Amino acid sequence: MNLISISTAKRTKSVGIWLALATLLALLTGVFSVHPAHAAENCVPDSETACVEGIIRTSDKEPAAGVELSLNGPSGEATTLSGEDGRWSFPVNVPGSYEVTLNVETLPEGQFISQTDVRQIEVDLGKKGAALFPLTADESAAAEAGGEVVSTSKGSNQFSWPRFWQQFVSGIRMGLLIALASVGLSLVFGTTGISNFSQGEMVSFGGLLAATFMTLIGNLIVAGILAILAAALFGYFQDVLMWKPLRKRGLSLMQLMIVSIGLSIFMQFTFQFFYGGGVVSVGAPRPETVEFWGITLTTYSVFAMIVSIVAIGAVGYALMYTRFGRATRAISDNPPLAKASGINVDKVIRIVWIVGSGLAGLAGVFFALIFNGITWFTGGQMLLLFFAAVTLGGLGTAFGAFVGSMIIGLVVEMTNIWLPGDLKFATALFILILILLVRPQGLFGRKERIG
Amino acid sequence: MDFLTTLLQVAISPTTIAFALAAIGLNIHFGYTGLMNMGQAGFMLVGGYGFGISVAQGLGFWPALLISMLATTLFAILLGIPTLKLRGDYLAIVTISAAEIFRMIGKMAMLQNVTGGPTGLPGREFRTAFTGLSPLPDGQTTILGLTYLNNGIDDWWTRLAGGFLVILFIFITWLLIRSPWGRVLKGIREDEDAVRSLGKSAYSYKMQALIIGGIMGGFGGIFLSLPGSLHPDAMGRPTTFNLWIIVLLGGAATVFGPVLGALIFFITRILIITAANAFIPDSMLGAQQTEQFAWLLIGLALIFLVVFRPQGILGDKKELSFNV
Repeated sequence: MNLISISTAKRTKSVGIWLALATLLALLTGVFSVHPAHAAENCVPDSETACVEGIIRTSDKEPAAGVELSLNGPSGEATTLSGEDGRWSFPVNVPGSYEVTLNVETLPEGQFISQTDVRQIEVDLGKKGAALFPLTADESAAAEAGGEVVSTSKGSNQFSWPRFWQQFVSGIRMGLLIALASVGLSLVFGTTGISNFSQGEMVSFGGLLAATFMTLIGNLIVAGILAILAAALFGYFQDVLMWKPLRKRGLSLMQLMIVSIGLSIFMQFTFQFFYGGGVVSVGAPRPETVEFWGITLTTYSVFAMIVSIVAIGAVGYALMYTRFGRATRAISDNPPLAKASGINVDKVIRIVWIVGSGLAGLAGVFFALIFNGITWFTGGQMLLLFFAAVTLGGLGTAFGAFVGSMIIGLVVEMTNIWLPGDLKFATALFILILILLVRPQGLFGRKERIG
Repeated sequence: MDFLTTLLQVAISPTTIAFALAAIGLNIHFGYTGLMNMGQAGFMLVGGYGFGISVAQGLGFWPALLISMLATTLFAILLGIPTLKLRGDYLAIVTISAAEIFRMIGKMAMLQNVTGGPTGLPGREFRTAFTGLSPLPDGQTTILGLTYLNNGIDDWWTRLAGGFLVILFIFITWLLIRSPWGRVLKGIREDEDAVRSLGKSAYSYKMQALIIGGIMGGFGGIFLSLPGSLHPDAMGRPTTFNLWIIVLLGGAATVFGPVLGALIFFITRILIITAANAFIPDSMLGAQQTEQFAWLLIGLALIFLVVFRPQGILGDKKELSFNV
C-alpha cells in the first residue's frame, strides 16, 4: 500500500497532461464539466463508485498501451486493457479488497515486471485506489522478484551517482525557477516592505495565460512572451489601482500583507473558475529530451534554464550598474533619504512591480513547460518556497534571494534521493525555520533589519 | 421557515463551532498580543492528530486530550523560540511554514499506519472515546426542526460539548484579559519596548499567549475532525485564512468578536451559495463554481475588511494594532 501511494503522488503530474487536455477541450467547447466521452473511459469516484486504477509505463517512462489487467474482488471479476496513455481503471461499487492481476503475456516487447504481477488494493466508495506495476527492461531483475508483494519502494530511494547528478541538475533548474519568482518578491519587499503573498498567483497567472495564448496562437514563444507581457501589465495595474492608493492611505505593513493574502485567495479562485481544477498544459505532452553526461533533460528544461540565467543576470546587472538599479537599492536602504535626494520613489516602486510580476509570469511559463502543465494552485504551492528562498538569502536583498533560491531548489530536488517524495517541500521549509533560529537576518542580510 | 432552519443548522454545526474555538485562540494571539500567527490551522492539526492518534493507538479520552494539549504546547514553544524575538512578519512566515510542514508530514504515505496518510484518519478510529462520555440517552432528538442522533456521527453531543467549550473559552478570555497578565499582553501589543522597560519579559508573555491560543486552536482541530475524519488537507492554509477573516470580521481584541465572526462567516457563505443556486441558472454557474465564487468573494471580503474596517464589527480602532 505504501509503495502505491508514494508512486501515485509522483505520477500525478504526468497524469495531469491528459487531465489538462480534457480541461482545455472542455474549456474550448464551453463545457465546464468533464467531457462525457472522457467520463466513460476514466472512472470518476462518487458516493456509489470507487475506482481501482493505475498507469503502466515502460522502463523508459513511455506509457504502455494494450496491457491486459484483470480484477477480482467483492464486486465480481472484470478485465480491461490499458489505454493509449497507459492508463487503466476499474469502476467498482462495493468497497473492499481487490486483487489486480497483470497479464505478463500482453506486455510490450522487452519489458518485464520488476516486482510482482498481482496487487492487493483496498478501496472505499468515493475514493480511488491505485496499483502500480513498475516495468523494467532488465530480465534478471525481473526474475528474482517472484510473486511476493513488495511493500516498500525499491530503487526510488536508492543512492547512485547518476541519480545524484540528475537530481543535482533538477535542483539547479528548480532553483532558477524559484529565483525568477523570488527576485520580484525580494525587490517588492525591499522597496515597499510588503510580504507579498500573491506572488505565487502571479506565477500561476503567467503559466495559465501562456496556455490560453498557446491555444489561440499555437506558437510557444509568442504565447510565452504574451503571457509575460500580460503578467507585467497586471503588475503595473496592481500597483496603480491597489498598492499605491493603499500606501497613500497609510495602511500598515501587516494590513498590506493581509490584503495580499486576500488578493491571493481571490486570484486562486478566479483561476479555478475559468480554468477548472485540473492541470492545464502549455507545451507538447511528450517533449523531446537531450542527454549529456548521463543526465536527461527535456529541451524545454534546457531552454528554460538558459533564459532564466539570462533574465536573472540582466536584473542583477541592472540593479548593480544602472541608475534605476542604484535608485532601487537606495530605496531599499532608506526610503525617506532616497526621496529627499530626488529619487522618484513611486516610479521606482512601479517599475519594481512590473519587473517582479513579469519575472514571476516567466517563471510560470517555465513551470508549465517543465512540469507538464500548471494548475490554479501551482503558484500557491510554491509560494512558501519563494519565501523560504528570500528569507534564507536575507529579506530584501536581491542577490541573497538568488543564492537562497538556488539552495532551496537544490534542497527540494536532492532530498528526493534520500527522503520520500511527499517531504520534498517540507525539508525546504524546515531549513527556513532552522536558518531563522541561527541567523535570522538570512545569509546576506544585515542585522539591523530585524527589530 | 426552511431557510431559518438551514441558518440554524449552519450556526450550530460542528464546523462553525470548531472555527469559533480556533478563532478565539487566534484572537488571543493577534487581537490581544499582536502576534501574526499565520499557522493557526497547524495548531488545529497538531491538536487534532494528538487526540486522534492517541485514541486510535488505544488511549482513553482524558489521556488523549492531555497528549493533544501537550502536543500543541510543544508546537507553540518550538515555533516561538526562533520567532518571538524577531519582527512580526517572521513569525507569520515561520508559522505558515510550520503548519505546512506538519500537514505534509500528516499526508506522508510512509506514516499511513499512524496518521492515515493522504486519506486521513477516519473518524470511527477516535470518535467513540468522545461519544462514550455523553450523558445523553441514545436515539434521535428534534429541536427547532433539526434532527440529529443524540450520540454518534454528527450528533447533538458534539454540538453540546462544543457549545460549552465556546462559552468556556470566551469566559477564559474575558478573565485573562481583565487580569494583570492580560494588561501586560495588551501592553506588548501597543509598545513592546515600554513593557520591557517595566521589567516584564515580553518574550515570556508572548510565549504564554502563543501556547494558550494554540491549545484553543487544538480543540478546534479536534472538533473539526470529530464528525467526519481527521484529514490533513482540511486544515491547510485556507483554514488559517478563514480564521483570520473570522477574527477580523467579528472584531479583533474583543471577547465576543471571534464567535460573532464565525457565525457571520458561515451564514454569509451559505447565503451566497443558496442565493447563487436559486437565482443564477446552472448553465451560468455550476454547483462547483458557486463554491469557487463564494471563495472569490471571501478573498475580496478580506481585502475590503482590512482596508476599510480593520476593527471589524465589534472592535475599537484604537485597540487594534498591526505593528511590524
